[in-house]
Amino acid sequence: MKGGALFIAVFLACSVEAVEATTIILAAGTAHKSWRSAWLGSGAGLGVLALVVAVLGPAVTAVPLRGIRLVVGGLLLIFGLQWLRKAILRASGHKALHDEVQIFLDELAAAKASAAERRGAVADWYAFTLSFKGVVLEGLEVVFIVLTFGSNQHDVPLAALAALAAVVAVTVVGVVVHAPLSRVPENTMKFVVGIMLTSFGMFWGGEGAGARWPGSDASLPAIVAAVATLGLFLTVVLRRGLTVPASAS
Amino acid sequence: MARLRSFFAFWYDFVVGDDWRVAVAVVLALGTTYALSRTSAPAWWAIPVAVAVFLPYSLWRATRQER
Repeated sequence: MKGGALFIAVFLACSVEAVEATTIILAAGTAHKSWRSAWLGSGAGLGVLALVVAVLGPAVTAVPLRGIRLVVGGLLLIFGLQWLRKAILRASGHKALHDEVQIFLDELAAAKASAAERRGAVADWYAFTLSFKGVVLEGLEVVFIVLTFGSNQHDVPLAALAALAAVVAVTVVGVVVHAPLSRVPENTMKFVVGIMLTSFGMFWGGEGAGARWPGSDASLPAIVAAVATLGLFLTVVLRRGLTVPASAS
Repeated sequence: MARLRSFFAFWYDFVVGDDWRVAVAVVLALGTTYALSRTSAPAWWAIPVAVAVFLPYSLWRATRQER
């Protein structure tokens, strides 16, 4: 995989997570107009994530490539299949679509129901902790994607840069519009990311376990195409209300 | 104890997710690939087959539970 492809893959995956974190931060800041506390919580969360990357980044790149590909490829495949499974259920109408506006309203109602309590330098502790948790929990997936893609390509800095670019782009848009980013085609992006994570997980996991893919690196686009076809096929089948045969391929 | 339980529950949900069978299938597929790679037979097909079988199976279980 070339640098450009690594950048795009990580950027896209991290944008989805950044949109979700932004929704939580916007709700936390809007409830009691506690923007300073919400941004402090977000900053603290980003600090924790940067620490995790700083500690784990050099550690994973020190592991032999084959070992990394087996463990990371396996984890990526499990992770990717989770995303793809949920995306197919959403696209076929068997699971509610991810609705940032509804999530924003739910979080806002919960934040408004709580009293703005000062603790130390933080004027609104609820806004601080809500933003902190949102950034850390959504960000852990970003860290996972950065480390898995980056370590496999021996370019964690480029993967981290792609993640940072995604976070900055989404944050800037979030600050400008000051509303949940409901126009981002999040469900479609999750479908695409699920296909990518599953495909890369299959490729790297297989190589780590000792398989030689026909055509070597050239097989990766074919794997992506096959997983995309399978995902779309299953979506169409489920949308029609048919039962999915367990052996369908 | 409750914190420890919630810690493990978080990581279980983070890594394994809604259907543990998919995670088990991935581990078995990787094990099969490794075993095949020690022979002269091609080993690459085990993972695609596992995905092609267990993704529809997991979806079938999920939609069946709705009814």
